[in-house]
Amino acid sequence: MSGLHDLLLLCVVLTNFWVLGTTRMSSTIRATAIQGTLLAALPVALHPGWSLHMLGLAAGTFLVKAVVLPTFLSWAIREAAVRREVEPLIGFSMSLTLGAMAVALSFGIAQHIPLPESASSLLIPVALSTVMVGLLVLTTRNKALSQVIGYLVLENGIYVFGLSQVERVPFLVELGVLLDIFVGIFIMGIVVFHINRAFDSLDSTRLTELKD
Amino acid sequence: MLLLLLVLLPAAMAGVAYLVRPVPLRLGCLVGTAFVHLAVVGWLWAVPLAPTLSGWLAIDPLGLLVLSVVSLLFAVVAVYAVGFLRTEPPRGGRVFVTGLLGFLAGSTLVAVSHHLALLWVGMETTTLALAPLVYHRHDRRSLEAVWKYLLLSSVGIALALLGTFFVAAAQTSGRPLILEDLVSGGAGLQPALLRTAFVFLLVGYGTKMGLAPLHAWKPDTYGEAPSLVSGLMAGGLTSCAFLGLARITEVTMAAGQAAFVEPLLLAFGLVSLVVAAAFIIGQADLKRLLAYSSVEHMGLLVLGLGLGGVGPYGTVLHLVNNGLTKGFMFLAVGNVVLVTGSASSEAARGILRRLPVSGVVLLLGLFAVTGSPPFGLFLSEFTILNAAIAQGHPWIALAVVLLLALIFVGMAAVVLEVVYRPAETPAPAPRESLLLVAGPILLLLAVLLLGLWVPPPLHRVLLDAARGLGVAP
Repeated sequence: MSGLHDLLLLCVVLTNFWVLGTTRMSSTIRATAIQGTLLAALPVALHPGWSLHMLGLAAGTFLVKAVVLPTFLSWAIREAAVRREVEPLIGFSMSLTLGAMAVALSFGIAQHIPLPESASSLLIPVALSTVMVGLLVLTTRNKALSQVIGYLVLENGIYVFGLSQVERVPFLVELGVLLDIFVGIFIMGIVVFHINRAFDSLDSTRLTELKD
Repeated sequence: MLLLLLVLLPAAMAGVAYLVRPVPLRLGCLVGTAFVHLAVVGWLWAVPLAPTLSGWLAIDPLGLLVLSVVSLLFAVVAVYAVGFLRTEPPRGGRVFVTGLLGFLAGSTLVAVSHHLALLWVGMETTTLALAPLVYHRHDRRSLEAVWKYLLLSSVGIALALLGTFFVAAAQTSGRPLILEDLVSGGAGLQPALLRTAFVFLLVGYGTKMGLAPLHAWKPDTYGEAPSLVSGLMAGGLTSCAFLGLARITEVTMAAGQAAFVEPLLLAFGLVSLVVAAAFIIGQADLKRLLAYSSVEHMGLLVLGLGLGGVGPYGTVLHLVNNGLTKGFMFLAVGNVVLVTGSASSEAARGILRRLPVSGVVLLLGLFAVTGSPPFGLFLSEFTILNAAIAQGHPWIALAVVLLLALIFVGMAAVVLEVVYRPAETPAPAPRESLLLVAGPILLLLAVLLLGLWVPPPLHRVLLDAARGLGVAP
């Protein structure tokens, strides 16, 4: 199954570009759902042999990242009636260009990271570029919900990086990490809902009352 | 097993508090858990405990210090919360009590974790448990505060997770991510990966501590959250975050990377002091003032850590002093807010007449928090200054003294205005409830005691903790 995980990792990069390039919220959420599914398949593809650890991780990831969170976020956009990210701080073509640069940069950096038992040479560059794309979405989008999605992509990138260490981190801890991320995004979603009610907008740039 | 129970008890009680309907029973859960926790922590001082769960949970001097600060502070805050929730509309504080107990569970996990990933899980739990409490008032301003808090803390802590994975990647032998094995196998850690890990963890846990320039969420969050929550954050949450940073510092130093670590810590420390001084001057809101003071003290903590020599001893002493001081200061300001309805210094004028007890606590607290003798913070700040001179950094010592003087002037201007300037419309003040003043007074006395005399058992633990973090004094 050596080719399969590389294929999955490339697809993760494609979903990153999908997140960067679309204006429709529902489409962005679909991209994260697909990314979540890819991430769930990765541990099994990287460590074939059907160990309980990998299967459990795959099942937990699938449940949280591919089913529950996308469903919850879809509920949030329906309740808040947001359809599009209208005015990002930088244009979409610029976002995509920066995304491409992030991928190139990640391959450059990954050469300097000596990983002893890395299963795939693509793992580290894909992880780093996903982290960068997440940070990019977080910092350049105005809608609070887009920022939540940016945070989710950032966490996905860290998850991919964590896969290089998956045999060294116990399963229970992984479950704790997944649970924390789930609760974190859940609370963010609730706050987004309240922002929408209080300000009649999901625009986080309106949150400017507090300053010195 | 006891350590595991210490984490699970508050977690279970958080669930119970959410489910029980009668308010007195729920408050009983809160206060009862707080005191059982405090009693067990007191017992840990007397009886050394072997690590459990194959070394994941263990109690060491530094962890014990943080755990004790959090536990004592939490007990005080729990009693205060009973008085605070009485003044509230009868929502009964269901989410409030659950959030507080969840925080206790998370911070206990941080303090007793010797597994770096488990420590991360605890840290994230503390962040999330307090988020609903920041939004307690349910208005626009608190909404903005909770959004900034959640987003910045979450990104910070996500980077800390990345850093933790980097530590795992750097490790070549021993049990993965177990603190003892990382320290003893320090020479075998891969330097490049470890340095990357340190940077990510410094930024991640530094955001949670509120080191400048990563402190953007802090004034808004402390300013808008209910005062007792701000106190718990400034005294407890930041101590936990510091523990996370101290753990990775210990590992990185053990790997012989002191030359890489120390300048970074010194830079963050000095920048924090500068930023705190700049924003404390002319600050008109008591809670934001204390938030910037917290940035200052976090800066001092990492400064002591980065200086070496007697610096780490000053840092661990300062950790205890700062935790307790921030606790009672925020509670005293909380009493002011309960009477005047705002934390602005203008509204709170003449507080000494209206709230004599809280007013005196606030006034004495001013001297405590700015590190004047005879309070404990004087001793710890003096030790850190001493380290700067002894380690050959006279310029750092000079800069710190100047900045501390500036901060004193800035804080004194606000607090003295609040305490002494007569109010334009002197309002009749209600009697101060014992629930709301007993805790702050107790913490104030503790900080005073620590300035006059460090009890020998505490001194021993402080020395051991400092030895773990650097050269013994």
